[in-house]
Amino acid sequence: MSTATTTHEAHHHDEPPRGLKRWLFTTNHKDIGTLYLIFSLVMLFVGGIMALVIRAELWEPGIQYVDPQFFNAMTTMHGLIMVFGAIMPAFVGLANWLIPMMIGAPDMALPRMNNWSFWILPFAGAMLLSTLFMEGGAPAAGWTMYPPLVLQTGEAFPFLIFSVHLLGLSSIMGAINIIATILNMRAPGMTLMKMPLFVWTWLITAYLLIAVMPVLAGAVTMLLTDKYFGTSFFDAAGGGDPVMFQHIFWFFGHPEVYIMILPAFGVISQIIPTFARKPLFGYSSMVYATASIAFLSFIVWAHHMFTVGMPLAGELFFMYATMLIAVPTGVKVFNWVATMWRGAMTFETPMLFAVAFVILFTIGGFSGLMLAIAPADFQYHDSYFVVAHFHYVLVTGALFAIFAAVYYWLPKWTGHMYDERLGKWHFWLSVISVNVLYFPQHFLGLAGMPRRYADYAIQFTEWNQVSTIGAFAFGLSQLLFVYVIWKCVRGGQKATAQVWEGAKGLEWTVPSPAPYHTFAEAPEVK
Amino acid sequence: MTDPRAQAREANRRLVRRLVLVTAAMFGFGFALVPLYDVFCEITGLNGKVDLDPAAALPAGVRVDTARTLRMELVAQAPAGAAVSIRPLRPKLTLHPGELRVARFELRNLADRPVIVRAVPSVAPGLAAAHLRKVQCFCFDEQRLGPRERREVAVVFYIDPELPAEVRTVSLSYTLFDLRQRAGRVVADPGRG
Repeated sequence: MSTATTTHEAHHHDEPPRGLKRWLFTTNHKDIGTLYLIFSLVMLFVGGIMALVIRAELWEPGIQYVDPQFFNAMTTMHGLIMVFGAIMPAFVGLANWLIPMMIGAPDMALPRMNNWSFWILPFAGAMLLSTLFMEGGAPAAGWTMYPPLVLQTGEAFPFLIFSVHLLGLSSIMGAINIIATILNMRAPGMTLMKMPLFVWTWLITAYLLIAVMPVLAGAVTMLLTDKYFGTSFFDAAGGGDPVMFQHIFWFFGHPEVYIMILPAFGVISQIIPTFARKPLFGYSSMVYATASIAFLSFIVWAHHMFTVGMPLAGELFFMYATMLIAVPTGVKVFNWVATMWRGAMTFETPMLFAVAFVILFTIGGFSGLMLAIAPADFQYHDSYFVVAHFHYVLVTGALFAIFAAVYYWLPKWTGHMYDERLGKWHFWLSVISVNVLYFPQHFLGLAGMPRRYADYAIQFTEWNQVSTIGAFAFGLSQLLFVYVIWKCVRGGQKATAQVWEGAKGLEWTVPSPAPYHTFAEAPEVK
Repeated sequence: MTDPRAQAREANRRLVRRLVLVTAAMFGFGFALVPLYDVFCEITGLNGKVDLDPAAALPAGVRVDTARTLRMELVAQAPAGAAVSIRPLRPKLTLHPGELRVARFELRNLADRPVIVRAVPSVAPGLAAAHLRKVQCFCFDEQRLGPRERREVAVVFYIDPELPAEVRTVSLSYTLFDLRQRAGRVVADPGRG
């Protein structure tokens, strides 16, 4: 029914309605994509400010600015907001903007549901943030919400659970929409193995989402009933087991980390061929590698919990299975490098971010391999080494890919070229400060500094200060990003349809800015 | 023009139905992990989980293996801040596999109102859990204590001679849970109305 409505509109209005109503009631994939991207940018700054509170407190040992309970609330909220509010919505926003244009579809398959899945987000985000002002403070048991600690959360507890439910619901609806779009709306001739890699990685990500977000919803529902309705899923007194929560959580949690990185792989696989002016090396191996990573993500979850007292056989299984993931990931990295090999490369801002992604994500992958070694993990577990690892894959991985994507497609969205000089400034400031920020955390972790504490032993001071300097520099550099986007939206050199000399794909055949309705008539794909 | 669009609509509807079904099934799977996990731990004896079914623990033709001597450590703890205490009368004992033994604990209510507590056992090392057989245990029942009441409780157990040879020390730990704090949840509380 929803499809009928949009097509109906498509025939009668070429221009969107004006004012607030346009954004509230829009079913247009480009509008919804924009909304998602703006939402995630706002959340990036909200979560970023929380990170700066954390880094400010860790400038010196001892308690300086915030009390430990609030510090713990900051680490918890920072994690939840960055994962569910910034990174995931940003990729859904990119999917909304790009997937229909890349496969030659007029819109998403279910435009009204699309509107709904976006508009849940601001409410869920507001609900989560409102806990900061509640009796007992915001949730402070870590974003992983382990019981029994999380059950001690004050009035914020049900708000935490329901906002996770809502955020999950939004992602599931987004994922269903993306699968339906990709499977049913491709232009004639666009076979699965001709789809751009961004579309492929999102198809697989969407399947991961509908497979694991409901499991998270179940896990937090069990927490809720344990606290308020007398069940004892995780309560030993009633025959439950708190470790079971960790198993269920990480059964969701590990695929979740690939949900946040697979679309990034897709973005990088679009950008590198453009600026290397060569087709992607090993297209089909990229597709199969993505699918293998997705499959393996379901059988490695317990590597997050090597220290809970697993039998040797379990430790070994999860260790080897985890290391196996390095094989398809390695295939991808080699393919990107082989694409660049002897290419006529130029280094515009998207390419700079993409190259930085390949290098820095690989560093994060290597520290992941170190963590996968079960006997060594007993030393690294819950230390700053883990913090360094997942920030390398999520910040210089996922977030850098999002930056690269925004610079790459911004001319297509706005019709103007962004300021290349400022874009390069943003890149160099970011890439230097992000390493100043996270690289020392490897040393801190190996030296024994645990994560999630407001205080630390005095010998960790110097590297913490370096890290804090990096954090503020990285945070402030992002203001430049906002300025570049703002400037580009307001005006600038007119962008051509193809924008980049080496760009290939259907989205580059429509004019820039992309008209409100594209591919009302399906293009022919040879 | 309308025909292919109607077809697309139908295809979308079919696909969405299937995907929603998968979502619902995965929500159920999250819950199904709970019994699956328990069954898995019970079969493999992981995680220190012990069999709470007394019928399964009756000695049937178990012979005492006097060639082997094991150390047994008894530990018990009350929840922080609770007005109950528990301690083993003898925290350490030595025994042979297959030998039926009794361990006693002293349970005390330190408050002026009645309490209901329950002890939950756990065995270390985890692999020994399947081999510690409790014939009778105070942990099978809720313990109701009157104001300031002191009570001696016991567990009757033996260690299965099948216990892996490398295990020389077995720890049996009880954690007490105050069921009153969970009043109205697990037990009906007669003392409260």
